Amino acid sequence: MKKVLSILLASVLCIGTLAACSTAAPAPAAAEPAQEAAEEAAAPAADLSSVKIGFICLHDENSTYDLNFINGAKEACEELGVEYMIRTNVPEGQECYDAACEMADAGCNIVFADSFGHEDFMIQAAKEFPEVQFCHATGTKAHTEGIANYHNAFATIYEGRYLAGIAAGMKLNEMIESGKITAEEAKIGYVGAFTYAEVISGYTSFFLGARSVCPSATMEVTFTGSWYDEIAEKEGATNLINDGCVLISQHADSMGAPTACETAGVPDVSYNGSTIAACPNTFIVSSRIDWAPYYKYIINCVAAGEAIDTDWCGDISTGSVVLTDVNEAVAAEGTVAAIEEAKAALEAGTVHVFDAAAITVGGEPLTTYMADVDTDPEYTPDTEVVADGYFHESEYRSAPYFDLQIDGITLLDTAF
Amino acid sequence: MHNKTPLIRLSKRKALPTSKAWGIRLLAILLSLVFCAVLTMLVTDLNPVKVFATMFQGAFGTVRKTWTTGQEIAMLLLVSVALAPAFMMHFWNLGGEGQILIGGLATAACMILLGGKIPNGILILVMTVSAMAAGAIWAFIPAFFKAKWNTNETLFTLMMNYVATQLVAYYVIIWEVPKGSGKIGIINQSTEAGWLPQIGSYKYLLNILIALAVTVLMFIYMRYSKHGYELTVVGESERTARYVGIKVEKVIVRTLILSGAVCGLTGLLLVGSTNHTITTTIADNRGFTAVMVAWLAKFNPISMILSSALLIFLKRGASEISTMYHLNQSFGDILTGIILFFIIGSEFFIQYQIHFRKKGQ
Repeated sequence: MKKVLSILLASVLCIGTLAACSTAAPAPAAAEPAQEAAEEAAAPAADLSSVKIGFICLHDENSTYDLNFINGAKEACEELGVEYMIRTNVPEGQECYDAACEMADAGCNIVFADSFGHEDFMIQAAKEFPEVQFCHATGTKAHTEGIANYHNAFATIYEGRYLAGIAAGMKLNEMIESGKITAEEAKIGYVGAFTYAEVISGYTSFFLGARSVCPSATMEVTFTGSWYDEIAEKEGATNLINDGCVLISQHADSMGAPTACETAGVPDVSYNGSTIAACPNTFIVSSRIDWAPYYKYIINCVAAGEAIDTDWCGDISTGSVVLTDVNEAVAAEGTVAAIEEAKAALEAGTVHVFDAAAITVGGEPLTTYMADVDTDPEYTPDTEVVADGYFHESEYRSAPYFDLQIDGITLLDTAF
Repeated sequence: MHNKTPLIRLSKRKALPTSKAWGIRLLAILLSLVFCAVLTMLVTDLNPVKVFATMFQGAFGTVRKTWTTGQEIAMLLLVSVALAPAFMMHFWNLGGEGQILIGGLATAACMILLGGKIPNGILILVMTVSAMAAGAIWAFIPAFFKAKWNTNETLFTLMMNYVATQLVAYYVIIWEVPKGSGKIGIINQSTEAGWLPQIGSYKYLLNILIALAVTVLMFIYMRYSKHGYELTVVGESERTARYVGIKVEKVIVRTLILSGAVCGLTGLLLVGSTNHTITTTIADNRGFTAVMVAWLAKFNPISMILSSALLIFLKRGASEISTMYHLNQSFGDILTGIILFFIIGSEFFIQYQIHFRKKGQ
């Protein structure tokens, strides 16, 4: 017993000395003047210094989806000099509510969550902290819940997908011209997560972009049933390639599909950011939502004491919808010019992505469609969204609601 | 020359006095903390006192954090207590995960299908019965096969986890809102039908009280009841048990039904009281972490309060370090891993004694 006690005492002493060493270090004293200087420098933007923002992420930097949010958060906060905290790997359950409340307790006046399944738990937290702003990406309920401090945000990413689709179509044309494939063989493969409107809207706009330059293009879509499943996404892409798809794109968050393409030597249009580092021989271009403009917007709103939009939708003009640099080594000649041209047309409103004239559903032209804009368990269609000759995506709420199965696209499985 | 004793020699200790065993454990924890502090200093330039202060902040920094920590401890404790009688019987139930999930699925099914159709009190009763029955069935199946044909319970219970996960995934897609999203969202958010009652303004108090009550009951059951004695004997030696007239098959099945039912109860609390939704990850590996909790506590339900508290404290503390200092969440996992390695490693020194070669031997 004595021995144990003496060992215990010795180790306590050890820790004590360690602690003493570090508290005696001169670092804190030196840090003080620096801090004062920083405060002086920030003095002109006094309102910004009162803002603290917390970010809740479903996964961490290993997911391209979350990485895109984290990069945007760091960029916006560092540019504006705003204090921030990031919590990663927060599941879509009570943990999200706990994390949001803890952030509010820690003095955050904005809390942002990045995943669809966080929404209900953010709403719960928003009701409890009326003075804190809760912002949620991809959600659908802010416009019907009527909670003043709860907001949704998204961007017209279908426009980005459409532009990326043009790069894909140009690549198909190049393959046809070089005799590598016939016009009929111009088949695109697409790895999706779920048969969710966001995914459907994404692959349809991508396909329409490709078909606008390569009229013989067709597409096959497979679903993995998960937003992040590297193995399933890799398998899905490989199956599509074996099925004769000559170009792949994806809407799922891992590196599975891009690496499958690099292995098979099949050109790939990725999502959420460039994959050129891992896939230099197959990466063409990638579209993504840049969240930094939205973050700056909400931070400035709170600093100025203004209300944040209930349902904010960014677009090309706000800098929210962006393409990465085109990989000239893989992309067809003239891709950059073609994208620029289409981008100008989209911005000018002369071209619409979901142009009713370009779409048939079951052989019938698209003249009317009631979409489920207000979320309910019965999926009740509630809003007419086809007018003026095109489908009005992301206008009645920011999150996509285009969920039509248009001709030219084959779904290989719809289990999810 | 050839008579020399080896440089290091191990011998099994005779049973160590409890105080000495705990001394070794405490020393291991202290050493692991020192090791973690040094590692954190190397990576982040923070002083170790601040690191531990931050860990403490993460678990108990605010009233809300303390409650959340309490809730997490309660849930882990409940699963550990559920596994205890099975482990005591040397039946390695690694199916806690599946038994929680299936209990949660039964709860969610009742909330979705019956919510608003029957009075809330009855609904909660139906939820409780079906969650516990579902968990019990999930444990009964491998127990029955073990008792009847002596199948390997470790593999069987593990496989039952996968079946449960897939079943939950299937029903999530049936009940998803909106279509295609793969998410159910909060069930009955407006009516709160089937939500377990909240005691005063304390969200998690009910869970904590239930977990503590079950822990005490389980302790009494294992220590003082005839059933508890029987399962201990079966664990020590099946032959002895048969010799003294214990029906081993019956004890195995009976104990596992109890074990599964308590896991199902955890599922009920997770879905009906805490999350009000169901996902395939709602069990959050508690079925496996609980194995560690149960081992550390030597299958004693009361000691499990301490061991589950320790694990949750580490988890939440380490997570706070990652958040505060902008580190990847994995850093928290690394710290937890180091501490657990030391604790489990210390069991070696409790079981064995090391002899170094003395001079001249």
